Amino acid sequence: MRLQYPSSIRIICLPCTGKVDLIHLLRSFEKGADGVYVVGCMEGSCQFTSGNLRARKRVEQARALLNAVGIGGDRVQMYNLSSSEAPRFVEIAEEMTRNILALGPNPIKIARKKAAA
Amino acid sequence: MIVAKQKPIEEILEGVRGAGRILVAGCNECVTVCEAGGKKEVAVLASALRMSFMNQGQEVKIDEITLERQCDREYVEELRKLIDQYDVVLSLACGVGVQFLAETYLRTPVIPGVDTCFMGATEQRGVWTERCQGCGQCILARTGGICPVSRCAKRLFNGPCGGSTRGKCEIDKDLDCGWQLIINRLKELDRLEDYEVLLPIKDWSKERAGGPRRIVREDVR
Repeated sequence: MRLQYPSSIRIICLPCTGKVDLIHLLRSFEKGADGVYVVGCMEGSCQFTSGNLRARKRVEQARALLNAVGIGGDRVQMYNLSSSEAPRFVEIAEEMTRNILALGPNPIKIARKKAAA
Repeated sequence: MIVAKQKPIEEILEGVRGAGRILVAGCNECVTVCEAGGKKEVAVLASALRMSFMNQGQEVKIDEITLERQCDREYVEELRKLIDQYDVVLSLACGVGVQFLAETYLRTPVIPGVDTCFMGATEQRGVWTERCQGCGQCILARTGGICPVSRCAKRLFNGPCGGSTRGKCEIDKDLDCGWQLIINRLKELDRLEDYEVLLPIKDWSKERAGGPRRIVREDVR
């Protein structure tokens, strides 16, 4: 298909989204990521039964914590799609990029720059 | 195990306000099992605190450690060399661990990061329920292995009260009546005649009513 998606996105491959832990999401923001989204298989079709459902819960936990510490919970999202949906993958990538651009840079990154100046 | 739940991050932030060096100390025992204060929760809380302080433009040093137990001197001693590097220790252990740290290190404030709730069991992941109140005089042998002290809202000793309806307690329609559970279990054991035997008046002095408790065993001292 040769579809293009925003070049600002870095993909981290995992065997299953069930591997995503809350600390992985938080560390991304601590290191300055503007947004993180987890793309899991469709709900009900996890090869490991509940990996994607667990991932969604962890994303929700991350959202709550990021809201509480003033980073903004909307910077982290969970999406579900099947591996054959390349056009949907691109759609999600573009949607997430739009949302993050609207939210602006991660406040941690700004604070770090200020501290270094 | 002792079951605890994490305090809201807002309350924790309030507790450590003004500190420039914070040690987040977890415990590898009960609070790890109930996912409130183990190594993972320490890492998550420390990360959240770091982000919160950075976001407010404050430079705060936040370190992490998880002790094997915070209720044993030998493990608590592991902090001896580190403790002076911190303005405050945020302990994610149960109330026992927090107090043990505080008693051991007099010059460093120790604040709790969890609310210690009860002695209980894991029903399923994310669901814990109370099973024991440490009353100091176990009567489980008489009640089919189900405790009226911890499972009955009124801690009744000889059958249910009038608030027991269809096996549920009047304080919560989802809460089993402890005495209904006991009767059901005695039926299963074919020992329903035990239900007819009156339990004697309990000596509550062995419970918390008798003041802080202590056990001394000369044979193992």
